[in-house]
Amino acid sequence: MADTPDQLLERWVIGQSGDTGPWVRDQLVLLSQSTKERDLHKFLGLAPRRLGKADLDLSAKDLTDADSALPGWRPDGWSIDGAARVLGLLRFKGARPFAEIFKDLRRTSDAAEMIALYRGLPLYPEPEALDFEVGEGLRSNLKPVFEAIAHRNPFPRDVFDQHRWNHMILKALFIEVALAPITGLKQRANPELARILVDFAKERWAAGRPLAPEHWISVAPFRDDPAIRPELDQAIADGHLTEGALT
Amino acid sequence: MMLIDPHAHMVSRTTDDYAAMAASGVVAVIEPAFWLGQPRTFVGTYVDYLSSIVGFERFRAGQFGIRHYCTVGLNSKEANNEELAEGVMEWLPRFALKEGVVAIGEIGYDEQTPLEDKYFRLQLELAKELNLPVMIHTPHRDKKRGTTRSMDVCEEHGIDPSMVIIDHNNEETAAETLQRGYWAGFTIYPSTKMGNERMVELLKQYGSERIIVDSACDWGISDCLGVAKTATLALERGIPQEVVHRVCYQNALDAYGQSGQMNEEDWLNPSAIDQRTLFEGNTILRGGREPHIEVPGERRAGQLIIE
Repeated sequence: MADTPDQLLERWVIGQSGDTGPWVRDQLVLLSQSTKERDLHKFLGLAPRRLGKADLDLSAKDLTDADSALPGWRPDGWSIDGAARVLGLLRFKGARPFAEIFKDLRRTSDAAEMIALYRGLPLYPEPEALDFEVGEGLRSNLKPVFEAIAHRNPFPRDVFDQHRWNHMILKALFIEVALAPITGLKQRANPELARILVDFAKERWAAGRPLAPEHWISVAPFRDDPAIRPELDQAIADGHLTEGALT
Repeated sequence: MMLIDPHAHMVSRTTDDYAAMAASGVVAVIEPAFWLGQPRTFVGTYVDYLSSIVGFERFRAGQFGIRHYCTVGLNSKEANNEELAEGVMEWLPRFALKEGVVAIGEIGYDEQTPLEDKYFRLQLELAKELNLPVMIHTPHRDKKRGTTRSMDVCEEHGIDPSMVIIDHNNEETAAETLQRGYWAGFTIYPSTKMGNERMVELLKQYGSERIIVDSACDWGISDCLGVAKTATLALERGIPQEVVHRVCYQNALDAYGQSGQMNEEDWLNPSAIDQRTLFEGNTILRGGREPHIEVPGERRAGQLIIE
């Protein structure tokens, strides 16, 4: 049977933790039996102190395994302490619903911890119960927290409704976050998003500000939609845009 | 010259200040938890404050290539609100374990009330339990006696002076602080604390051992370039470079580095994940993007056009 995501995380973290491996193992056993949140807090605090902050060293096979365990999951770019934190949270038995524990962790997290917590989103139980927490992450002023949700993460593609998806793409363009690493960018394109992006482009042109080349990725599939086609033609006529950018 | 400002309340400062500090050579700041100029009245606002100094403020500093650390604690002023103090004490241990928390502080006395004394002692015990350094705010009023008392209480709780930074020293308190083996912080803060000419005289008298210069810049009329200006003035007035390096950089690193949470590598050779996310000091991994460093004050004075 294929490994589950938490089994993969355990293998990667312990495989890379050298002498600290036994400590990680003991902690995971403790957490799987513990209902005391203090045990979890302590583990989350100690993880970077004991394990360091190096990138997870993942092979091509590891990445394939990740995608088999959870389609679209791309843990490249995770750090060892971040992976350990997510793993600890997944294994923690706890006495409260997961979403309540998560909320509490998120609102007291330091910057690196918050990034790790949000990277783990696709692995957590009851994604619907995390709706508010995900919203808080997207509204965050910490760009890397936004990126932890948006980039290399299947959660938005699989869970977001259209409104939230569209606003994630818009915010990414606003705060200059790359669109290419967003999982499901093409599948989730929709006419409403295309319309908003055309409006947004017109605002930028009016302000004399440049547009990201990625701006048109989510517009291209709907370039012949009568709702936006006349405006695109006008922009081409005005020299703001080329047909080539829309293909 | 690389500088550290080990006492700066950056939540109250502008991005221009960050830019100016970076340009002056500041590579790291320590933000001690303190009050915000007016007392908080809810435990939740205090918790959110602690959360912002381990979170957003760290990110903000990183955008200017400055590493941000902090201390967490219940300050002496707000310790006088018992209901608030009790609530904060419940949350504090969680924050003390966050990354980049280099001490419990700033704690100590303000009016030297029984409640201040109670929470000062409780937090000394917390620092001892977690093996963290302590940053002590010495009082503005009845300062000399308050400083002596702060050190007496530390010793009563079995805390090693080498783990304690006594801050806001002046000519009257320096000798005792140093003689008893504590780190002695001097805050270059206009009008109320120490001026940098006086600081240079102190360096002539005491040398560099266990002396730390900081700005304590905050919401009041203060100067975020306190450390840089002191370093420059000291060099101009003939203080040896080595002394300036120790009091404006190395001693702070040695004192707060005892937490295990602050290393020179953090800014000289940051981890790959930090370079991708929280620290823009090195542009190599960020596609060669220009660091956000500009001439100090340029935005305010020289530039009429806002793009």
